Amino acid sequence: MSTDTGVTTGAAGAAAAGERLLEVEHLTVKFPTADGLVNAVTDLSYGVARGKTLGIVGESGSGKSVSSMAVLGLHDPRRTRIEGSIRVDGQEVIGLSEAKLRRIRGNSAAMIFQDALASLHPFYRVGKQLSEAYAAHHPKASARDARRKAIEMLDLVGIPQPDRRVDDFPHQFSGGMRQRAMIAMGLINDPSLLIADEPTTALDVTVQAQILDLLGDLQREFDSAIIIITHDLGVIAEMADEVLVMYAGRAVEYGATRELLTHPEMPYTWGLLSSVPDVSGDVDARLLPIPGNPPSLLDPPSGCSFHPRCVHRDKVPGDLCTTTIPDLSPGGRGPGHLKRCHLADPERIYATEILPEIAPDLADGAPAAPAAAPTNKEA
Amino acid sequence: MGPPPPPRPTVGKFAFIVKRLLAGLLVLSTLVVSIFLLFWYGPRSPVQGLCEQRTNNRCTADFRAQLEENFGYNNPMLSELGKYVAGIFTGRDIQLGANTFVECSAPCLGLSYRTFVPAFDELVRRLPATISLAVGAAVIILLVGVTSGVLAARRRGTVADKALVSATLLMSSIPYVLFALLVYLYLNVINEVFPEAGYTPLTENPVAWLSGLLLPWLALGFYNSTQYTRFSRGAMIDALSEDYIRTARAKGLSSRTVTFKHGLRSALVPIVTIFGIDFAFLLAGTIFTEIIFGINGIGRWGLEAIQIEDFPVVQTTVLFGAIVVIVANIVVDILYGVLDPRVRIS
Amino acid sequence: MVSVQKDADATLTRHRSGGEPVLEVEDLKMYFPVKSSGLVRRTVGHVQAVDGVSFQVPAGGALGLVGESGCGKSTTGRLITRLHDPTSGAIRFEGTDLAKLSPRQMKPMRRDVQMIFQDPFSSLNPRHTVGAIVSSPLVTHDMVPKNKVLSRVQELLEVVGLNPEHYNRYPNEFSGGQRQRIGIARALALQPKLLVADEPVSALDVSIQAQVVNLLDDLQKEFGIAFLFIAHDLAVVRHFCPEVAVMYLGKIVEIADRETLYNRPHHPYTQALLSAVPDVRQAAVGGRRERIRIEGDVPSPINPPSGCRFRTRCPLAKEICARVEPPLMQIGRRHKVACHFPGELGKHPEEPVTARLLGVDDQGSPDPGGSPTDLGNPPGFADTWFDLDKRQMAGATSRSTTQDAG
Repeated sequence: MSTDTGVTTGAAGAAAAGERLLEVEHLTVKFPTADGLVNAVTDLSYGVARGKTLGIVGESGSGKSVSSMAVLGLHDPRRTRIEGSIRVDGQEVIGLSEAKLRRIRGNSAAMIFQDALASLHPFYRVGKQLSEAYAAHHPKASARDARRKAIEMLDLVGIPQPDRRVDDFPHQFSGGMRQRAMIAMGLINDPSLLIADEPTTALDVTVQAQILDLLGDLQREFDSAIIIITHDLGVIAEMADEVLVMYAGRAVEYGATRELLTHPEMPYTWGLLSSVPDVSGDVDARLLPIPGNPPSLLDPPSGCSFHPRCVHRDKVPGDLCTTTIPDLSPGGRGPGHLKRCHLADPERIYATEILPEIAPDLADGAPAAPAAAPTNKEA
Repeated sequence: MGPPPPPRPTVGKFAFIVKRLLAGLLVLSTLVVSIFLLFWYGPRSPVQGLCEQRTNNRCTADFRAQLEENFGYNNPMLSELGKYVAGIFTGRDIQLGANTFVECSAPCLGLSYRTFVPAFDELVRRLPATISLAVGAAVIILLVGVTSGVLAARRRGTVADKALVSATLLMSSIPYVLFALLVYLYLNVINEVFPEAGYTPLTENPVAWLSGLLLPWLALGFYNSTQYTRFSRGAMIDALSEDYIRTARAKGLSSRTVTFKHGLRSALVPIVTIFGIDFAFLLAGTIFTEIIFGINGIGRWGLEAIQIEDFPVVQTTVLFGAIVVIVANIVVDILYGVLDPRVRIS
Repeated sequence: MVSVQKDADATLTRHRSGGEPVLEVEDLKMYFPVKSSGLVRRTVGHVQAVDGVSFQVPAGGALGLVGESGCGKSTTGRLITRLHDPTSGAIRFEGTDLAKLSPRQMKPMRRDVQMIFQDPFSSLNPRHTVGAIVSSPLVTHDMVPKNKVLSRVQELLEVVGLNPEHYNRYPNEFSGGQRQRIGIARALALQPKLLVADEPVSALDVSIQAQVVNLLDDLQKEFGIAFLFIAHDLAVVRHFCPEVAVMYLGKIVEIADRETLYNRPHHPYTQALLSAVPDVRQAAVGGRRERIRIEGDVPSPINPPSGCRFRTRCPLAKEICARVEPPLMQIGRRHKVACHFPGELGKHPEEPVTARLLGVDDQGSPDPGGSPTDLGNPPGFADTWFDLDKRQMAGATSRSTTQDAG
């Protein structure tokens, strides 16, 4: 474990480190269970600056949600072992008392969740749930003030006739409106950090587009830092300034979105890119799935946790992949792009083996040319 | 501009209640007829018990025949059933001897074979005792059961939680009769920790009412609260694992608000459902409690009526029990709609 | 333009090689009654879940059915496998109308038409072993002698990429992707000619989705199974299906070969849908892709908008759209669209192209001089179509021998 707590971790990605609103360092989260210790997150470091968006990508069990729940101290301390440091606007969160945590939750840092129907209480009116969030951090506000604030927020997120819909129950809202209401609730105390956990996964694409636009607009308005957790690289590409790719509880690649998605250096990221068909890609191209299944967090593989599924393992000399966890360190593309991989020349492999498969149109010409933009770009 | 609001289900609460009442009425009529038939065509003469009672167990065939004649068992069954049903609505005079008539006003459910008092009047006389017992026990059941269940759910997995659950399981594995007898024996007879159990009307002497019912309340309440401990604990754990609880915590609400306002509010729905039916059964008569603690309530009355084949009383207690259960079901369904806005009976 | 033409020709030959349609659905409707509350539960309305859908699936080919939740795509799939009884319409499978069959008559047909479900967790009985799950259709339909069942099960497990020795395990011992493979093995047991796949990969993790899509790809090539592929993921459908239909509120609004549908969609809804998909390649540019913003949510199918059902959210909607429903009109060799103003993005006509066909004026009011043409709602494509540029009928032959158009 001590192998990867090297020099590289803290200074990841962003140019303006130190100024960042959220600073997560060496975060490790473990859950003791009857079957053993679940290593949900291991030695994870990242940060977000005000007005910026960090995208965290990973599949189920990658630790992406666990780590962000830890930011709000939402894990039951009796059932969780947390180490490392999480600072929200300079305030250390780990080890903070429940009372002090409560002052952060929903106030300076808020969270919205994937399934808005399940995440809103079915028995309380939408407005009530919003004003409750407001009153929790404005003890002096009257019930009328809180209600007025709730209506104002519903209006802000684009709910028609907010003064009427404020008294609806969540089940009377459509899916998109419920997610808008969730966002309104998250933003009601003007948080400087908003964590959106799969905010659009359950929604239809046209509604997803509306919600993502809304998040972007609100971010510009409130200058908040946003963490968007998703499995959809398309969402990341359009929303995030920086990307953190997680696998089996660890960061495996971290860098600026444009840099990372145009020059990915980690085979797992390649796998994610190549296993999703593209709306404008070649239809005869075969998808290149990642073989096998995500590893058990009870008993993670030795060495690099991705090695049992990695098709490029044989390009690394010896048995390095199976014995040694690679550091999260800069590859050939500068200090802003970190990857956890033993491959010596990932850029060449990507350009010659991966890109021709997933985007032949990009492979020959200039690699990162925006000419790749989709055909239906007008309107 | 925006989408039209989703269609709201029309609240047909009135129609719903009428429908349920009609169904309840069907159940009641079926019960009336089937108990009637049971006594009428049962293996023994319906007046056998009465005959034994009147003759000190030296019932003769002649006397029995005379009783059968007096009580109308020689008339056609349907006409007697008709009289019985009509009596419920209009009241009737019931012939006892050659020239003896007893006035039985509506709702007439027949005369008790033992006392020759209208069964309904006897029911009304015993009702306060049973209601007092049921309400007091219910308060204890809910207070102790739900509170301990909620506390256990909040501390689930801890030693205290495990100890509580084991204790309630242990308690439930003791038969209630044994439990109540032991309580009576140790806390009332051997050690006079509690005042003598019994029933005094509240209007007569509130202190005596309270002191006489205290022990039966505790026995009935604590024993039955154990299943509510486990049930509320389960309902609460389910509720606390919902996504909206995570949302509530993420809003920065205090743990008490999260537990009670968000968690318990949801857990109450299944608890209310179960409790409604349980309370109906308490009201319909708690036989063992009433017998052991010497309370002259409906349960004890019904049991005695079965022993001496007092047909009208048996019929009355069964009907009363059925009505209570039917009403409780309707009340639970209405409450369900009040508690869960998604249901809002339609 | 030339290359586009070549594409279309290529598609055509591919379809021709796919042969006759194995499935032909014509004017299929499914109205679910909405009951009133009260003492007597009257039917007060209908959810028009599927309202006059027609399409073909070529033998060994694949048709994609896309749309947002509530558009009726899943109901359509369930109608074809007769999990619901259609209100009206025909489902012709190799000439037999499945819609008219009794459950008993349907049983032998179920061999040929199988379904794969979305949720690999709830669609497998947790108390049955994988062997029992996969063998039950074999036993029910007496497909193989009793002593051969196990070997057939193992063969099927191997085909879908599972360890054949695991037939004795229970579904909970498998991951989501593996469970979906079990569901596929069960569907394959009867060697169906048509598989209705309802969101077969949307419940799976990204890396696993590709494995399952590739498996379905291989199965189609190897066994010549035709697919009705129902999904909301436009990219997956594009990858899998040479022909795609877009549904909105119970109706098909556009159907075309994939090159046309994805590169030159003519319906504003298809255009909005495509532009809404977040694109990884946008990373090279940064920021949000420019897109057509459509407001609001899908209206209730109980009370759908008059005229064109998309008009409440359509950026192009005009008066005629509220008055007259646009017919699903063939505008290309393999391209139909249901819009009064069909056109490529930014090139939508100013005047409704459908007015003359429908016998109305440009505002949609009945035109006394007009003579409405009944276009019908046929499942396949005709040899002639309405040419949008020339505003007249054109045909496949008209290009080579220009004179005999119409």
